[in-house]
Amino acid sequence: MLTKSPYVRSRNRMTIKKTFTWTKKDLLGIEDLTKEEIELILDNAGSFKEVLTRPLRKVPTLRGKTIANLFYEPSTRTRTSFELAAKRLSADIVTMLKESSSIQKGETLIDTGKNLEALKIDVIVVRHNSSGAAATLSRALNISVVNAGDGWHEHPTQALLDILTLREKRGKIAGLNVSIIGDIAHSRVARSNIWGLTKLGANVTVCAPKKLIPAGIEKLGVDVTTSVEEAIKKADAINILRMQFERDEKKAFPSRMEYFRTYGITEERLKKAKKNIIVMHPGPINRGVEMSAEVADGANSVILEQVTNGIAVRMAVLYLVATAKKTNEPIN
Amino acid sequence: MNLLIKNGHIIDPANGRDGVSDILIKHGKISNVAKNISKKTNKVIDAKNRIISPGLIDMHVHLREPGREDIETVASGTRAALSGGITSVACMPNTYPPIDNCGEARRLKDIIKRDAACSVFIVGAITKERSGVEITDIKAMKEEGIIALSDDGAAVQNGSIMLRALKKAAENDILVIAHCENKNISKNGVVNEGIIATKLGLRGIPRKAEYEFVERDIGLAGEAKARIHIAHVSTRESVEIIRKAKKDGIPVTAEAAPHHFSMKENACETYDTRTKMNPPLRSIEDVEAIKEGLKDGTIDTIASDHAPHGKHEKEITFDLAAFGIIGLETSLGLAIINLVDKKIISWQKLIELMSVNPAGILGLKRKGNLSVGSDADITIIDPEKEWIYTRDSIRSESKNSPFINQRFKGKVTHAIVGGEISYAAI
Amino acid sequence: MKRKAKILDKNGIQKAIIRIAHEILERNKEKKKLVIVGIRNRGEFLAYRIAAFLKKTTEQKVPIGILDITLYRDDLTEVAEQPVLKETKINFDITGKKVVLVDDVLYTGRTIRCAMDQLIDFGRPAVIQLAVLVDRGHRELPIRADYVGKNVPTALNEIVEVKLEETDGVDEVAICEKPE
Repeated sequence: MLTKSPYVRSRNRMTIKKTFTWTKKDLLGIEDLTKEEIELILDNAGSFKEVLTRPLRKVPTLRGKTIANLFYEPSTRTRTSFELAAKRLSADIVTMLKESSSIQKGETLIDTGKNLEALKIDVIVVRHNSSGAAATLSRALNISVVNAGDGWHEHPTQALLDILTLREKRGKIAGLNVSIIGDIAHSRVARSNIWGLTKLGANVTVCAPKKLIPAGIEKLGVDVTTSVEEAIKKADAINILRMQFERDEKKAFPSRMEYFRTYGITEERLKKAKKNIIVMHPGPINRGVEMSAEVADGANSVILEQVTNGIAVRMAVLYLVATAKKTNEPIN
Repeated sequence: MNLLIKNGHIIDPANGRDGVSDILIKHGKISNVAKNISKKTNKVIDAKNRIISPGLIDMHVHLREPGREDIETVASGTRAALSGGITSVACMPNTYPPIDNCGEARRLKDIIKRDAACSVFIVGAITKERSGVEITDIKAMKEEGIIALSDDGAAVQNGSIMLRALKKAAENDILVIAHCENKNISKNGVVNEGIIATKLGLRGIPRKAEYEFVERDIGLAGEAKARIHIAHVSTRESVEIIRKAKKDGIPVTAEAAPHHFSMKENACETYDTRTKMNPPLRSIEDVEAIKEGLKDGTIDTIASDHAPHGKHEKEITFDLAAFGIIGLETSLGLAIINLVDKKIISWQKLIELMSVNPAGILGLKRKGNLSVGSDADITIIDPEKEWIYTRDSIRSESKNSPFINQRFKGKVTHAIVGGEISYAAI
Repeated sequence: MKRKAKILDKNGIQKAIIRIAHEILERNKEKKKLVIVGIRNRGEFLAYRIAAFLKKTTEQKVPIGILDITLYRDDLTEVAEQPVLKETKINFDITGKKVVLVDDVLYTGRTIRCAMDQLIDFGRPAVIQLAVLVDRGHRELPIRADYVGKNVPTALNEIVEVKLEETDGVDEVAICEKPE
C-alpha cells in the first residue's frame, strides 16, 4: 500500500520522460531495432505483466483490431502465447496452420498474405521455415507483420522475453556475461539474442560443436568456444538451445547421449559455475539431452518465468505495432 | 542496303584504330573505313561524339526457348540484347528439352532463323540432360553448327567423365565452357558462405565449391589438350588460379558477369531475391579481384549470364527462389559505370572485353572487328548520355533485375546487325 | 508555448489541495472504506499530497492506487506521440470501496471515462468520486467533478499547464496559448 510517493523524497527533479515514438509497423527482427526501441518494448512489457495479475486479465486497447496467426511450422507454445496476448488486449485473433488447405494447395506465402490483407486483418504474426519469410511478407503487404520465427534467421519475441527475464533478475543487461549454448548455426533464437544482448551491452559467448558454429559469427561481437565448461565458467546466465535431432541436417552428434555427455547442462557442470547462474531455455526442453531434468526443474532455472514474460512481451509488441504512429496530429 | 556512319569515334582494337572516321557498309559487310567518305547511301547516321564499336558479343545467355517461352523467347531475348548494344549472343542448352542432340540443335536453328533479331550461336550440352553421366554426340552436334559445349547451370561432377568429354572436345576442336561448381560442397546453399549467410540465417555456398572445380577443370583440359573457358568467375581464388594457368601457357579463357563486379553479398540483406544467383554475390575482396582480373587480362570477357525468371519463381521466399537475373540490357551500362568511369579500364579495353575477345574465343573471325569484309555488326554508344533503367523499358519478357531504377551513364544509340539498323534508341 | 496568465502559485495549489482534502473528509464520514486513486501522470502526485494531508488530519493511512489509462484510450492511433505506458498499481480490492479519483485538469472528460472503465475492470466500487485541481470546462461527456481546486474558464485555443514540484521542479498552474 502506497501512502507516500517515492519521488517526493528524492531531491532530484524528476521530469516526465520524453515520449519516444514507436514508428515501425512491423517487428521483423532485433537486428533492425535500436537500443531505445528494445528498452521501450521491455518497459511496456513490464506494464502488461501487471495486467496479467488483475482479477480481470484484459484491457480494451486493441478492441476491434484483428490479428492472424499464420503458422507454417508447428508450434503450440508460441502460437498459444500470441493468441493469449491478442485476447488479453481484446483483439480478435484467427489462426491459420500449415495443415489448413490453402497453404497445402501450394498458395504462395505472398498470396496468402495478400488474402489476409483483403480480409482486413490488421496484424499478421508469421512463423515460417524459410529465413527471410517475414521480410518477404512485409515487403509485399501494407499491414503489420510480426515475425514469430523465420527459418534460422530471427525469433525476436523470444529474445525479448529472454532479455526481459534477465533484466528482472539482474536489474540491467550491460556488463552481464551471457552464454548461448547449442546449435547456433541453425538457431534463430541464438541470432536474435545475440543482437539484443550486444545492443544492450552484454558480453555474449556462443558455444557449440565446431560444425554448428556458423561462419563469421565472431563478427557480430561475440566470443566463440566449443567447450561447454568454458562457456559456463564466468557466465551470469546461460541460454540453452533446443537440439533438434529431427532436422534433416547431418548432425555433429550421432546420438542424443553423446550430445548430453559433451554439452548437456547437468548439476555437476553447474557446480563449477557462478552460484546464482541463471539457466534459460526457449522450450520445449529435451530432458536428458540439452539439460538434465534436475537442472530443468532446479533453482537456477527461470524457464517458467520466461513463459509468463512471453505473453507480456507479445502483448507489448502487438500493442506497439498495431498502434504505430503515422500522423502528427496534436493531442487534445 | 547501304549505310554510312559519319563522324563517329571508332574504337577497333583488332585493327589498332582509335579515332574519328567514317564507316561505309555495303551488303551487310564493312566496305570502307576512312575519313570523310562521301559515298551516297540509302541511310546516313551522324555519329558525332559517339563511340563506334564492333558489335558487342555476349557469350553466356539463357534464351529459355524451347520450353519456357513464358519467361523469354529467342525473339524477346535477342530484342533485349540489341537495346544493350549486343549484336551476337551464345545461348546455353539448359532448355526443355535440352540441346543435347542434333535434332534439338536443328530445331533451335530454325527458331533462330525465324525469330532472332541478332546473331545467335548455340552452345550444346556436354552430357545428356546435363546430368553429368552420358557424353553427347559431340561430333554430330559440331557438324550441326554448335559453337561450344557446356552443361551450364550444372557442372560435370565426375572428373573422369569431364576428362573424357574434354578429350572428345579436343578431337573435334570445339570449346568447352565450364560451369565450375562442386555440388558436394555447394549442396543447397543459396548465398555466399560467410557473415552475410550467418546473419541472414541462409545456407552458405563455400567459395571452395567454385575454385576447386576451376582448378580441376583447367588441369583436366591441360591433360586433354582441350580449349576451356571458365564461366562466371566469382571468387578471388578462381582469378588467381586462372592467372597462374595463363602464365604457365595453358589455353584457358574466362568470363565474369557484370553483377560480380557491381554488387557485393550485402545486397542480399533485404532478402530481395533479385540478388540471388549462382555463383552468388561475394565479398568486397572478390569484387576487387574480378575488377583486377578484367584489367590485367586474366578475365577475357564480360558475359551477362542473362537468366530470365517469372514472377512466380522469384517472388517467393529467398531459399526457394530461382537463381539468376536478367542482364543483357544492363551489361554494357554496368561495365561503363563500374569500370570505365572509375578509370579501371579504358574504352578500348572495354571493347576488347565485350567484342574482340569473345569473338576470338568463339572463333568468329568476321566479328569483333571493323575490318573491311567483316560482318557489319556495329554498336554505337553515346558515352555521356545519362539514363535510368526503368521497369517499363525492359524488353526482356522477364523483369528480374536488381538494377531497376538505377542511373546509368553511356547509352546505346544504335545496334547494327549485318548492316541493318536493328535497334535505334528513341 | 506562450504563457498568458498564472492562475495558481505554490501557495494557491497548497491551499486548494488542503481544501479538497477537507471536503473529502466531510463527504465521506466512513473513512474506513476510503481509497484515493491518482491518474498518471500528475494526478499521481496530487493523490499522494491529498493522502498525506488526510493522514496528518486523521492519523489514518488511506490506501493509494495509481492508474495509467493508456490502454483504455479510444484515440491511440490518432495521437501524435505514442504515450509511454507506465504501470497501473492497484494493490487492494476496490469492491465496496469509496474511490476518489484524482487528476490535475478536467477538460473533455474522456480521461475520466477511461479511468472509470479501468477501475470497474478491477472490481465494483461502492462509489466513485472525482477530485481535480483545475476544471477548465468544455466537457464532451456527461462527467463532473465532486471536488474542484479552481474553476478556470478557458478558450479552446488555450492550454492549462500544470507544473508540480515532483515532476517539473515548481508548483504552478498557468494558461498558455496552444502552439500552431
